[in-house]
Amino acid sequence: MDLLNGIFVAPFVQMADAPDFLVQVLWEGFVSGILYALIALGFVLIFKASGVFNFAQGIMVVFAALTLVGLYQKGVPVILALILTMAVMGILALAVERFIMRPLVNQPHVILLMATIGLTYFLVGLGEFVFGGEPKQMITTELGLPTGSTEIPFGAQGMVILQHIDIAAAIIAIVMVTALALFFNRTRIGRALRAVADDHQAALSVGISLHQIWAIVWFASGLVALATGVMWGARSDVSFALEIIALRALPVLILGGFTSVPGAIVGGLIVGIGEKIGEIYWGPLLGGGIESWLAYMIALVFLLFRPQGLFGERIIERV
Amino acid sequence: MSDAGAREIMLDIENVSLSFGGVKAITDISFDIRKGEVRAIIGPNGAGKTSMLNVINGVYRPQKGTITFKGRIRRSIQPYQAAQSGIARTFQNVALFKGMSTLDNIMSGRSLRMHRNFFWQLIHVGPARDEEIAHRRKVEEIIDFLEIQHIRKVPVGKLPYGLQKRVELGRALAMEPELLLLDEPMAGMNLEEKEDMSRFILDVNHEFGTTIALIEHDMGVVMDLSDRVVVLDYGRKIADGTPDQVKSDRAVIDAYLGVARQEAR
Amino acid sequence: MFYREAGQFKSSYATDQAIFPLLQDRIGFFTILAIAFIGVPLLADDFILDAIAIPFLILTLATIGLNVLTGYAGQLSLGTGGFMGVGAYACYKLTTAFPEVNIILLILLSGVFSAGVGLVFGLPSLRIKGLYLVVTTLAAQFFLEWCFIRIGWLYNYNVSGAIDSPERSLAGGLVLTGPNADSVTRYLVVLAIVAVMTLLVKNLIRGRIGRSWMMIRDMDIAAELMGVRPLVAKLSAFAVSSYICGVAGAMFVFFYLGSVEPAAFSITLSFQILFMVIIGGLGSLIGCYFGAAFIWILPIFLRNVLPAIGIDIGAENIVHLTSMIVGVLIILFLILEPHGLARLWQLGKEKLRVWPFPYA
Repeated sequence: MDLLNGIFVAPFVQMADAPDFLVQVLWEGFVSGILYALIALGFVLIFKASGVFNFAQGIMVVFAALTLVGLYQKGVPVILALILTMAVMGILALAVERFIMRPLVNQPHVILLMATIGLTYFLVGLGEFVFGGEPKQMITTELGLPTGSTEIPFGAQGMVILQHIDIAAAIIAIVMVTALALFFNRTRIGRALRAVADDHQAALSVGISLHQIWAIVWFASGLVALATGVMWGARSDVSFALEIIALRALPVLILGGFTSVPGAIVGGLIVGIGEKIGEIYWGPLLGGGIESWLAYMIALVFLLFRPQGLFGERIIERV
Repeated sequence: MSDAGAREIMLDIENVSLSFGGVKAITDISFDIRKGEVRAIIGPNGAGKTSMLNVINGVYRPQKGTITFKGRIRRSIQPYQAAQSGIARTFQNVALFKGMSTLDNIMSGRSLRMHRNFFWQLIHVGPARDEEIAHRRKVEEIIDFLEIQHIRKVPVGKLPYGLQKRVELGRALAMEPELLLLDEPMAGMNLEEKEDMSRFILDVNHEFGTTIALIEHDMGVVMDLSDRVVVLDYGRKIADGTPDQVKSDRAVIDAYLGVARQEAR
Repeated sequence: MFYREAGQFKSSYATDQAIFPLLQDRIGFFTILAIAFIGVPLLADDFILDAIAIPFLILTLATIGLNVLTGYAGQLSLGTGGFMGVGAYACYKLTTAFPEVNIILLILLSGVFSAGVGLVFGLPSLRIKGLYLVVTTLAAQFFLEWCFIRIGWLYNYNVSGAIDSPERSLAGGLVLTGPNADSVTRYLVVLAIVAVMTLLVKNLIRGRIGRSWMMIRDMDIAAELMGVRPLVAKLSAFAVSSYICGVAGAMFVFFYLGSVEPAAFSITLSFQILFMVIIGGLGSLIGCYFGAAFIWILPIFLRNVLPAIGIDIGAENIVHLTSMIVGVLIILFLILEPHGLARLWQLGKEKLRVWPFPYA
């Protein structure tokens, strides 16, 4: 009975008792959901254009943030550090295209996935080799990002605290998603990109350069990774411990489907909010820490009923 | 061969329809396959021929219609159940097990006839080994029959296309099926390879008495090999009968043969 | 010149299907076996046994486990660490509950528990394929890791949260596990278990069950149309694979580490085993030995050789360097030789066959 009560009654009583706390939890879930969505977005970009399940996307987030902070710590002015980091992500994109994508074109998905796991290890090693393994502070103020918080009265005597950096994160995320959507739909490269996503061979035959497109998407998702890295870094600190959080973005893709941008966003929000709510209200029942697998379990159950994701297309098998 | 009409019906397809979403692949098709005959299914690309085979061996589930196999009405089944009931299949695009040798590919056709359990397999002595060797003997007979002794241990991925098709036939034969479905067994072959393949198909039909359903685009081959032909167009049946009857059928000439002749010219 | 099959005719299918049809291979194999069972215990010191030989063998076994699933049945898994952990914790619970039962028996039994867990997490593989399946195995990994940390019952509620291998000995008084166990004894036990299990897996692979795994891997629809039930084939692969991983996990604690924290079975271990499979060669048993040796010995090699030739970059950086090298090697192998070291070995043997007259 206690268990049933703990599952079906107590959490809801708790929510009703402290609505301001509930809103706080929802807000925090929303912000981490947005960051999950950003990680997933970088992933979807690459998957759409090249069919690569980029396991390294999470690491690229950390790598970008680490490069930025590392360069700044070595005495590079902040603007220059930002530009250099973008350049590094550009070089990474070119290198990935030249040394991974090109030789492995037309290989099975699973082989490409394993290659990106290799890339993950390489980037972890490189990042720590160059900048050291200890956790670093994100250079939030130097980048001109807001700090501090606003307290908004809520209900009778409740209070909701909004961190400014979280608000900034939300705004930046929305701007990035809009920019990417425009890029996809309004520019020549965007069109080529969608053509490649639909059919590699056909795109090639109308004169689209696969190599160029791949380099561009990897660079674009490198930039998305940088933005995500700055936000994540500002909320905790910058180290490869973030890798685990990045892995948690994978269920987002299951929910949203591998190829859907709206799916990534909605999936990110579901996971972000669901995870926070689950941890706060149901976590204590199970001894806490359920954040580490809750999203996966949600995704797993979801998979069994709708294998193609929320927005994915149904696949008909041909023989 | 001419007495095909008198033989008992092995597979009876009645009013079968199949669609994917809004796309109709097969509309209300009925025909039968009689024991021991070579039955050809022809029609232009997209006519629903391969879908028909997929329905027969349970890959697709038709929305309407009944299928009677060996006198029993078949409910919706899984592909492996079709295999258990004695239906084997080759594929339009060779679907061999690329990571395995010719020998293992054909051995895989024996899967259903091997029964030693997990623990015998684990120690691989006594009954498990005897079973393996007994089936190896059977497989070697098929290898001899198809004249592919020299590629016995070659990984099939390395074989030329014509030989791959032959191995695939061998794999289907290893199942000792009652009904053998061949999906374009001669696609992409040169004349000599086609002759070889035709000979194998006829031998299988005559010597083992296997019933064969065959999809093929080469009209010469179809007319020579088959006892009866069913013609599909846009998912509908437009003709059914002996090769001679079909050849002179107006609808068939319009839909298919006529086009083919124009192309030939 | 000496490595030829000339003159060796097979007169029965039984000899043709032997594991080593060539006389030279048989001689080589038994030589290696003799060195492993007699030479190494006589010559090697405790460092080599404890730091290299024992973990190498145990990780080889785990690699075989993953290779069954990924290399033979074609289902990629990132949950190996978790399944190994299940075996380890199961064995710990069993031996603390039944201290008088032979520890080797319990180790073999603990694999059954991880096989059960593997079955449960293998169920989604019936509905979903490829990349999606990877995510479900990650779910297994994270969920199991959480269990090892949060469920006190698993480690008998001790304060450290770690499990220690208690002292267990054979009826004759020979100490097998615990701090007082002799390195040579542990080495021989591990070697025996790994050797026997390799043979059993080989038997499975060359028979009907192994073929059904490879059929599903290579072309699942065709396999189904030949009468292989995907349910049976996939789940049996999951069960066998996780059984082997579970046994490896139990040995990892009881014969190698002695005491482990839950973090030992983290996703890092899963990756490590996956790398052993890739570098050794997907779908090759001998490759498991090569891959495990390579990945395990590389950092030890770097740690000892780099300072010796005058490059001193610090222990910390050795780790980073190893990570970079392994990452690059993974990509290189996938590009150049997807069948890994095992394929190189085979090519070497083919070269040797025609040596010294390559065109003869």
